[in-house]
Amino acid sequence: MDLKNLLLRKKSPIVKKWCEVVLRTYPEGGQAFLKKKDRFGNPVGHTIAEGIESIFDELLQGTKSDKIPLFFDNILRLRAVQDFSPSKAVGFVFGLKKVIRKELGSKLLKDGTSEEWAAFESEIDGMGLLCFDIYTQCREKIFDIRIKALRNQSHRLLKMAGVAYDLPEDYELSEEDRDLKKAHANKSH
Amino acid sequence: MEEPLKQADVMKGTRKEEVLDIDHSPSLFKRGWMKTPVDIRPSMHCFAGEPARLKVVDFPNPRVWSAMDEDWKLPTNWKEIVMDAFKVRLDRFRTFKLFMDICVRCGACADKCQFFIGSADPKNMPVLRAELFRSVYRKNFTTAGKLLGPIAGARDLTIDVLKEWWYYLYQCSECRRCSVFCPYGIDMAEITIIGRELTNLIGLNIDWIAAPVAFCYKTGNHLGIQPHAYKSMLEFFQDEIEIVTGVRVEPSYNRKGAEILFITPSGDVFADPGTWTCMGYMILFHYLESLGLDITWSTYASEGGNFGLFTSHEMMKRLNSKMYAEAKRLGVKWILGGECGHMWRVVNQYMGTMNLDLAEGSNLEEPVSPITGTKFENTKSTKMVHICEFTADLIKHNKLKLDPSRNDNLKVTFHDSCNPARAMGLLEEPRYVIKNVCNNFYEMPPTTIREQTFCCGGGSGLNAGEDVELRMRGGLPRANAVKFVHEKYGVNMLSCICAIDRAVFPDLMRYWVPGVEVTGVHEMVANAMVLEGEKEKTVNLRNEPLAGTEESEDV
Repeated sequence: MDLKNLLLRKKSPIVKKWCEVVLRTYPEGGQAFLKKKDRFGNPVGHTIAEGIESIFDELLQGTKSDKIPLFFDNILRLRAVQDFSPSKAVGFVFGLKKVIRKELGSKLLKDGTSEEWAAFESEIDGMGLLCFDIYTQCREKIFDIRIKALRNQSHRLLKMAGVAYDLPEDYELSEEDRDLKKAHANKSH
Repeated sequence: MEEPLKQADVMKGTRKEEVLDIDHSPSLFKRGWMKTPVDIRPSMHCFAGEPARLKVVDFPNPRVWSAMDEDWKLPTNWKEIVMDAFKVRLDRFRTFKLFMDICVRCGACADKCQFFIGSADPKNMPVLRAELFRSVYRKNFTTAGKLLGPIAGARDLTIDVLKEWWYYLYQCSECRRCSVFCPYGIDMAEITIIGRELTNLIGLNIDWIAAPVAFCYKTGNHLGIQPHAYKSMLEFFQDEIEIVTGVRVEPSYNRKGAEILFITPSGDVFADPGTWTCMGYMILFHYLESLGLDITWSTYASEGGNFGLFTSHEMMKRLNSKMYAEAKRLGVKWILGGECGHMWRVVNQYMGTMNLDLAEGSNLEEPVSPITGTKFENTKSTKMVHICEFTADLIKHNKLKLDPSRNDNLKVTFHDSCNPARAMGLLEEPRYVIKNVCNNFYEMPPTTIREQTFCCGGGSGLNAGEDVELRMRGGLPRANAVKFVHEKYGVNMLSCICAIDRAVFPDLMRYWVPGVEVTGVHEMVANAMVLEGEKEKTVNLRNEPLAGTEESEDV
């Protein structure tokens, strides 16, 4: 039996244990709550459970999935503002290797499967790097929000104090420049 | 022998073997919450109040300090001050005494706080946050606690406990969501209010509260805006409104003899997107002038918000007093209040009993709408009407000419701001108004709105720049519900009736739900209003094209 089929057969315990890897990074007193199924009352637990299962499903599809970054984004957007060091925030990805090793044990060492497993491990490593990028983007967004808040605040105060000169409000931009400005604004949003 | 830490590891604050140990579970609470010392983290707390702010209002112990310092520079007898004040408040506030005694730890509140939901930090469960205080209460004021100590859930007030108090007092936004679910009606906000009062007595506070309090005391508003600047900002809005509508509105200021005084949070005057809501009020008042509205703005009572609520009952009373004082000075009959959150908690729950004596000898009386004749009996005691009630009444009596299609570029949802929803039950009026000025309205899931609404994450003075991560966690449950309607219905506008919401939500949306903007209800009202003498409108107050006009430009 090839690796994908082995993983498919063990999907339920693997997903459950991988989820636990993530939940165990939270304070012990809060872990039971995070297991509660309530999309709106427990968005952290819901996002993790949904994301972990979906990522595993996508991995088994085999083809390069464009949904994987989306689910990681959902999870890491949470962890980027919670009490984690960067390594702790993304470390759960590698936990999947340990979970699979425990579940499949010696089956991974059989001829044929061991090569597939090596390739699969590389995929997990790749996801780790992807997570590093996503986590960094989330942190940069936080910094960006801070900078913008400070800039808006101080600029307005300078203007009000009459210290800063501002271009007249009716300063005319060409249509092309206006569109460009709008496009830039949308990008930075 | 343990391997010495490398510099790089130290910088990251973590050891290599910890990085690889993916099964790592934080040790927090393995020893029980009482033995788990507080870990004060940057971005999870606000900067300390600067001494000048405290001196202005005679608050104790003004000095430079930081929560990250070991020494918080407390008075030597700090413990005595706090415990004496604790006792005074147990005698003074029956609610506080009850809330210290009656919790049965049923857990109904535990998972209702957005700060717990977003962080999973058990000390953010309302029940445990309250236990931080109850444990000290038991040790000092109950026989069982005195005799049995930790077995009875009692502990001394040590410097570490005090630090823990301060840290978690400023992770509660006093939103009162937990109280909705408590079978005894224990109000965590009241415990936080008293807790903040106690810590303020020894100079423990935050600057994002201390500064607005000081400014409000000196100039009448949180930002320290003086009358001429306040007026010039509204003049700027007059120009903006004229550009968009072709109509010149003319507000009046500090006008004696006016029938109604209008008071709104200063955030509406000085911060987007509240500024467009402020323009909305101005347009509405202009429209109603010909129907008999006689209203004035005040550059003295230039703030509806009251950050005194977040320091002490006395300071709340001091800052609130300007409302009735100004109403009396101008000789108005009643007060109309703008879209604000905690302002309405103070007005609805405290003002009438707290400061009504200041209104003695004034012209204040039970508010009656000069346009519809409706008596606002619910405000008989305070003489202050919420603008959503006022506008809903106008719409009900068909007094406004509205074209909701002018808001067709919007798919709107409504966030019940904590205080109007839970402190005054204002649930239907804003919805009634929105449905009459917009064609596309979508509710968020029932467990996230009305009485059960989630906090924006920045209430009670937590909207500082430095604690943004705290706010992103606290605001997560709200943002999660917005994301749901954004994805399901294409909602692109989050409306609310609170100035703090309008300040907090844009960043919250930028992080969690890009593509959703934020508005006050009266911005949408004004955009839908058909004004006498208006020019052909092509843009809204934000200078964005109205739905349908973009195509016609292309033709």
